[in-house]
Amino acid sequence: MCGWIRVSNSIESTWVASPTPAKRAWLRFKRHRLGFASLVIFVTMTLLSLGAELISNDKPLLARHDGRWYVPLVQNLPETVFGGDFDTPTDFLDPFIQAQFAKPGNWAIYPVNPYHHSTLNYFAKEPNPSGPSADNWLGTDDRGRDVLARLIYGFRVSVLFALALTIVGTILGVVTGAIQGFFGGKTDLAFQRFIEIWSAMPELYLLIIFAAVFDPSVGLLLILLSLFGWMGLSDYVRAEFLRNRQLDYVRAAKALGLSPWAIIRRHVLPNSMTPVVTFLPFRMSAAILALTSLDFLGLGVPPGTPSLGELLAQGKTNIDAWWISLSTFLVLVGTLLLLTFMGDALRDALDPRKADQ
Amino acid sequence: MSQVPSPLLSLRQWRVSFGGHEVVHGIDLDLAAGERLALVGESGSGKTVTALGVLRLLGTAQLTGSCWFNGEDLMQASEARMQQLRGQDIAMVFQEPMTALNPLFTIGDQLSEVLLLKMALSRRDAWERSAEMLSQTGLNPPERFLKSYPHQLSGGQRQRAMIAMALACRPKLLLADEPTTALDVSMRGQILDLLDTLQRETGTAVLMITHDLNLVQRFADRVAVMEQGHVVEQGPVKQVLQQPQHPYTRKLVDSRPQRHLADVQAQAPLVAEVKDLRVSYRTRLPGWRGWFKAGAFVAVDRVSFSIRRGETLGILGESGSGKSTLALALLGLLPFQGQLQVMGQGWQHHHRTDLPLRRVVQVVFQDPFSSLSPRMTVEDVVGEGLRVHQPGLSAQERQAQVNQVLAEVGMRESEFPGLLQRYPHEFSGGQRQRIAVARALVLEPQLLVLDEPTSALDVSIQKQLLQLLQTLQAERGLSYLLITHDMDVIQAMAHQVMVMKDGQVVESGETQAVLAQPRHTYTQTLVQASSPAIARS
Repeated sequence: MCGWIRVSNSIESTWVASPTPAKRAWLRFKRHRLGFASLVIFVTMTLLSLGAELISNDKPLLARHDGRWYVPLVQNLPETVFGGDFDTPTDFLDPFIQAQFAKPGNWAIYPVNPYHHSTLNYFAKEPNPSGPSADNWLGTDDRGRDVLARLIYGFRVSVLFALALTIVGTILGVVTGAIQGFFGGKTDLAFQRFIEIWSAMPELYLLIIFAAVFDPSVGLLLILLSLFGWMGLSDYVRAEFLRNRQLDYVRAAKALGLSPWAIIRRHVLPNSMTPVVTFLPFRMSAAILALTSLDFLGLGVPPGTPSLGELLAQGKTNIDAWWISLSTFLVLVGTLLLLTFMGDALRDALDPRKADQ
Repeated sequence: MSQVPSPLLSLRQWRVSFGGHEVVHGIDLDLAAGERLALVGESGSGKTVTALGVLRLLGTAQLTGSCWFNGEDLMQASEARMQQLRGQDIAMVFQEPMTALNPLFTIGDQLSEVLLLKMALSRRDAWERSAEMLSQTGLNPPERFLKSYPHQLSGGQRQRAMIAMALACRPKLLLADEPTTALDVSMRGQILDLLDTLQRETGTAVLMITHDLNLVQRFADRVAVMEQGHVVEQGPVKQVLQQPQHPYTRKLVDSRPQRHLADVQAQAPLVAEVKDLRVSYRTRLPGWRGWFKAGAFVAVDRVSFSIRRGETLGILGESGSGKSTLALALLGLLPFQGQLQVMGQGWQHHHRTDLPLRRVVQVVFQDPFSSLSPRMTVEDVVGEGLRVHQPGLSAQERQAQVNQVLAEVGMRESEFPGLLQRYPHEFSGGQRQRIAVARALVLEPQLLVLDEPTSALDVSIQKQLLQLLQTLQAERGLSYLLITHDMDVIQAMAHQVMVMKDGQVVESGETQAVLAQPRHTYTQTLVQASSPAIARS
């Protein structure tokens, strides 16, 4: 009896639940310190930029005036509320309003950077663009907008756009690659020829033409870039499918009577995702770069939208205002570098030749 | 040790380790000039690593111990000296001749290059000597083969060319690493005979690395048995193979599978009936005709057979004989012509209508590493068929059935804690093959197609798996279609045998009758080549 208990105990203590392949890849990724640190930094930056309104805004987060509470961030308050003369939205940067809040009993909590990306600083002490100062930490651009605010919002636009483009491109690439690779034969042949013709289309000229015909918008840009962005990935997925579909476990699944759809979903697809996952960060950085380039050329997002490319273009026209181009450049390089480190770590984590330890 | 008149090669306390992980644990090995020593062991026993270490071809591995060759301490030899020795005094023949030859140069280029470098012959002399070597190895006329590229030769011819190259400089020692394993069975005997003749002529000492005891018996004088980096037993071949001392050697020696088959009842119902089965592939015709018309390659041509309940039909043939294609056709995974009925039903080649028949015919493939999806747990792998055919089962019922069938193939939770949640990479080849058998059995099929189920396994594991299959057949009354190139497997497993060559059946009948008196010349070569014991008796 005692012996039996000991045996069962020893089994329990020696056996550890085996992690899923995905979990093992994640553990390997975490061991890659540079890549893991990059992921943490990038995710933090993205989350912060998603709450950009709380960090960089020209409206106070919370205000108390004449014994009443206000949340200007979400409320639309005319100036008359704070003792102004006009029924217009309050400009909280106005020295008159500031003086109102300086009275005893009144106060307002401003965000860390008290400018929205569209805020024009009418009260700047220097002509625009003005250099870094205590008011505008990274200076202002040629229209008097705070560069830091534009960078934060521009980063958010870039990352969200890149995420959307990556997701759409990946789904399209996986679906088309899967169809080609799994069914092969004539389907494959037709798709391959179509891809060859499609990839011969002059993408940039199409973008210029569409920019001239339609009103520029982020949505339009997303559609246009997605139309051309899936082809590279589809080739990799196709190759993986061609390899995996003739392996014995797929044959065995066919012999078990699984439907083609079930075989793709349960057997071939999970084993073909390695290139897809490995390319994710690189696709992100390519998408960010594409948006930046188009904005730089003026073919990208509509005017007024904060964007890294538009800032770079300003830096080019105002070459003396070094703070514009330098800060934008650093944000861009930093972002791309983080994505590249993550991509490297991910590639190592998914490399089947690398050992677990 | 001193009574041995200074051996040609002498290893003492020979250790090889990779990155601190030792794989050869201090072995002692002597090889006299002109001697034939066989180094035997299963995969992972360290036999190849030992040989490559002698040539210092292991890259980053750490070698310790002493290694004397021909009175010279190889541990002290410089890399330049080793380069001199390689090819000239110690030559090597590899397992896979396709990858060991450079595909961009002709055989003549590669062969004469060795002679130019090592023997300092003139270009013309080297060419002539190459021709001579080729004709010695049986590649006649040598002029034709000198100008051929490796891909133009068959596997056996390539291996002959490799041997010619290895022996070109009349080395004192030849390391032959599984020289016949990658070849077809009928080729193996010829290559072995060739090595035998050449060894007699040149007096070269041969260290033969192999896992095949038949080969040892036919070729070697002395044998050393390796297990997990140790030499567990060595001595004259006769003595070691007839009176093995070490338990591991004993296990290897009686790894030949035993025949334990119940006779098939005469009135047993037919499980499968095949008449004039024909499978062809479309191929491209050469030249401009290929633009308009596709050619056809007939992989299986007018094959007929029937399998009764509880019967095993063995299909014997070499690679390319169409035996695997036949299996895929029987499984309804390939379009075919002719009649094929399993339990009185035929394939419709439509997913939904074929479903009931899928339950009846199941399959086990050769390669245990590619036959299980690496991203599915054992429970998912084995339970998958139940999901398809019995979607009404609850998770507990399914798990119970999976557990039951796993126990039946000898995989129990008590030996493998957490068995159901494990992934395939945690199991050895033999265990994976058991899981593959369980995946097929869970549907309670009538007919199991076994496509080379044991050829990727070590011999002792092979025997266990075959025993399992025999037991299952006896208990469940299963019928097997067993595809193999291994005469031992056929002999142990099959009631009926069918020999295939180039898509056609050249001979068929009761297994023992066919193997005892093979009528077709092709069957005769197979019987002779694979198993000298049978040929002699």
